[in-house]
Amino acid sequence: MALSKNQQLLSKIATNDRHGENSPYFDGWKAYDKNPYHPIDNPEGVIQMGLAENQLCFDLIQKWIRRNPKASICTAEGVHEFKNIAIFQDYNGFKEFRQAVANFMGKARGGRVTFDPTRIVMSGGATGANETVMFCLANPGDAFLVPSPCYPAFDRDCGWRTGVQLIPVNCDSSNNFLITKAALEAAYERAQQDHINVKGLIIANPSNPLGTVLDRDTLRSLVSFINEKKIHLVSDEIYAASVFSTPSFVSVSEIIEEMECDRDLIHIVYSLSKDMGLPGFRVGIVYSYNDAVVNCGRKMSSFGLVSSQTQHLLASMLSDNEFVDNFLKENSKRLAKRHSMFTKGLEKVGIACLKSSAGLFVWMDLRRLLKEQTLESEMNLWRVIINEVKLNVSPGSSFHCSEPGWFRVCFANMDDDTVEVALERIRVFVEKQQVKSKRKFQNNLNLKLSYTPRRYDESVMSPHMMSPRSPLVRART
Amino acid sequence: MAIEIEQPSVGLSKVAVSETHGEDSPYFAGWKAYDENPYDELTNPSGVIQMGLAENQVSFDLLEAFLETHSEASSWGKGASGFRENALFQDYHGLLSFRKAMASFMEQIRGGRAKFDPERVVLTAGATAANELLTFILADPGDALLVPTPYYPGFDRDLRWRTGVKIVPIHCDSSNNFQITPQALEAAYSEAEAMNIKVRGVLITNPSNPLGATIQRSVLEEIFDFVTRKNIHLVSDEIYSGSVFSSSEFISIAEILEARQNKNSERVHIVYSLSKDLGLPGFRVGTIYSYNDEVVTTARRMSSFTLISSQTQHLLASMLSNKEFTENYIKTNRERLRKRYNMIIEGLRSAGIECLKGNAGLFCWMNLSPLLEKPTREGELALWNSMLHEVKLNISPGSSCHCSEPGWFRVCFANMSEQTLEVALKRIHNFMEKRERDRNLKVI
Repeated sequence: MALSKNQQLLSKIATNDRHGENSPYFDGWKAYDKNPYHPIDNPEGVIQMGLAENQLCFDLIQKWIRRNPKASICTAEGVHEFKNIAIFQDYNGFKEFRQAVANFMGKARGGRVTFDPTRIVMSGGATGANETVMFCLANPGDAFLVPSPCYPAFDRDCGWRTGVQLIPVNCDSSNNFLITKAALEAAYERAQQDHINVKGLIIANPSNPLGTVLDRDTLRSLVSFINEKKIHLVSDEIYAASVFSTPSFVSVSEIIEEMECDRDLIHIVYSLSKDMGLPGFRVGIVYSYNDAVVNCGRKMSSFGLVSSQTQHLLASMLSDNEFVDNFLKENSKRLAKRHSMFTKGLEKVGIACLKSSAGLFVWMDLRRLLKEQTLESEMNLWRVIINEVKLNVSPGSSFHCSEPGWFRVCFANMDDDTVEVALERIRVFVEKQQVKSKRKFQNNLNLKLSYTPRRYDESVMSPHMMSPRSPLVRART
Repeated sequence: MAIEIEQPSVGLSKVAVSETHGEDSPYFAGWKAYDENPYDELTNPSGVIQMGLAENQVSFDLLEAFLETHSEASSWGKGASGFRENALFQDYHGLLSFRKAMASFMEQIRGGRAKFDPERVVLTAGATAANELLTFILADPGDALLVPTPYYPGFDRDLRWRTGVKIVPIHCDSSNNFQITPQALEAAYSEAEAMNIKVRGVLITNPSNPLGATIQRSVLEEIFDFVTRKNIHLVSDEIYSGSVFSSSEFISIAEILEARQNKNSERVHIVYSLSKDLGLPGFRVGTIYSYNDEVVTTARRMSSFTLISSQTQHLLASMLSNKEFTENYIKTNRERLRKRYNMIIEGLRSAGIECLKGNAGLFCWMNLSPLLEKPTREGELALWNSMLHEVKLNISPGSSCHCSEPGWFRVCFANMSEQTLEVALKRIHNFMEKRERDRNLKVI
């Protein structure tokens, strides 16, 4: 496609597609934006279930803020700190902020590991953190392996401006989407054959979109794998404190305490956007066990520092141990309740989800509703869900899932009543489907993989992905 | 089974091991001397006075007074749901109220002589991020931006480090008060061509850092004509636009464009920030204002890596949309900076030191070339060393700003109290007197 005269004036990065927004998946967002659900003003509108936000615990945070006016630089109690905070642009960040974040990260892992505040490096959200890590570890053209299905915006975050490629390591339902050593080796070998320089492996643990946590054995095998190949491991642990049942979360930070590992290869990405529900505050963290990466990352953090106003507020909040302990406990409890409510509701209409213990979403199995086990069928079903059922859910293909029929459905960004409305709509829809094609269902009504999946079209693996974390949601006034 | 760990460990990227972050330059060595022995009026009166930091501390009382009398800035807006909405707000368009407030603030700074459309305001975490982001959009690795010297040392990192873009200098010197000439523009362009480097744009800072002076209208017209002829971009970093001592003396590129009915304006992009004019570097508030729709769209997408905290957007929206406050702030800030500037110029003059005639910014461009033992970079660094270790003032040597003429130094005056400035001037006075005495002794 010939570039317009205007486009020719811009860079290759500016005119390529790796921002990920030119994908058909944004139809779901558009449908929501045009017709957003509101219990009173627009009860027939589209319910947003494509946005992984945690809205369950704001009351706890608000209560704390009201009780601690000194933590704000705008209140009468806090304004005397205004000047000192406003001029503070040191890329090391406030010592109290680093300590508070390290404290929170340790508590989110049950106190089983401690984090060194001097290794805490700020970034513009986890979006900025993932990009910063890639800039530190890889050259343009290098690659990172990433288990799929994966967070759609990884391609933008890891590769848009860095030039790094992501190579998927496909996982599927035959073994509950576990990452196998065989799959890793196969992906690594293929890359070698294609003369692609693999610099590392990036994982999300707990997983988006699966909501599962990596078991100890898998983690150990991943750590072995990267040590053996002498490549980096980046563990995006953004959902570390969004765990609500068993199996519980094991962080890579725990694994390296109990096995031999070159720590220079280990890097954790974190953020407060999911666990605390504060995506607007842009608190991203790079935590590396590699001194050179800490130093380099810190210099790069100049491009995405956390507002000192926000550092000040959170330093105070997250060093309040009573608050943190209670928050973590309540958050888990409320997520568990919401998860249970939603999955039970789905079970009642015969819809199963992958068994999960974390995250703000479920990985819903709608394979039996597909006309054919193809990407096209999945997209057709998805359009029906958006336009008729009026739920914006995210189709598995947007997460590079090689198996059609799976959908990620978020449950923590709404109140209980809205969840009921969504479940009711699903119930009605499923019943209609059953009436429509009873015969077909009787043959396929088992949830085991009973087909040979069509080979996933390579062209769809290109970085045309939806970005649920992308701030495409129009600001409501 | 133990895993054998071979040395050396896995390499990092080229970007990570390069020195392009620039932190090993003498510009930052002064910081270390200051950090180790910082001046304090009471506790350390003989410590190093920091005059290398372009911060504006003269107008905080105005901001504090606003906060004390406007409780809506401290609330989250709209009652109970206000906090939730703000905490969730990560839309890369930015808070509309904040964009409107920024656009209006930028208009006020320019005395209403240019209009800014909030829909073209893209928000980034500081001008540092804005300049890097624009470079990613306007140039490919290996391409170049032309930048007039002397320039802000941070540009070496911001424009080049992760982008892989080069800076080719547009040489300016004291023969014409460091103004940018068409000849210098052409020479820089040719230099790039000779090296087989593709020039993608010109980046100017107006008012200039480190010169502390605005660019004249005729020069702006020439620069704009130059970039139009070459079909390249023009980035105008106007971060000090609100720190011009007299409003009428600042001409923004926006005014040049409006006078031409915005013809050819899609190559122009303005960078702004609240770090200097409002003295809020910690809040990380930067903005790109582009006349190019594609750049606005792409920059907005890229700003995902560097959004402004919604909490901070909310606070500043409330502050900057109060026209009474902003009018008064802009006026008062200007007056105080002018007063400071006059104070330092007078103080230096009475010590026998001349500065470039300035009219903006938080610093003056001081000429110590008569003091150099050798008119070379080494001579300048030797003098700088004396200033740092004998006079105990951290000032910025011109070479760190890529000035081609040795002997010039940038001296900041707005990041301290008047008393501290007096102390600094006294030290300079004593230093110059001592030099004079020593010279006379030698003559005898």
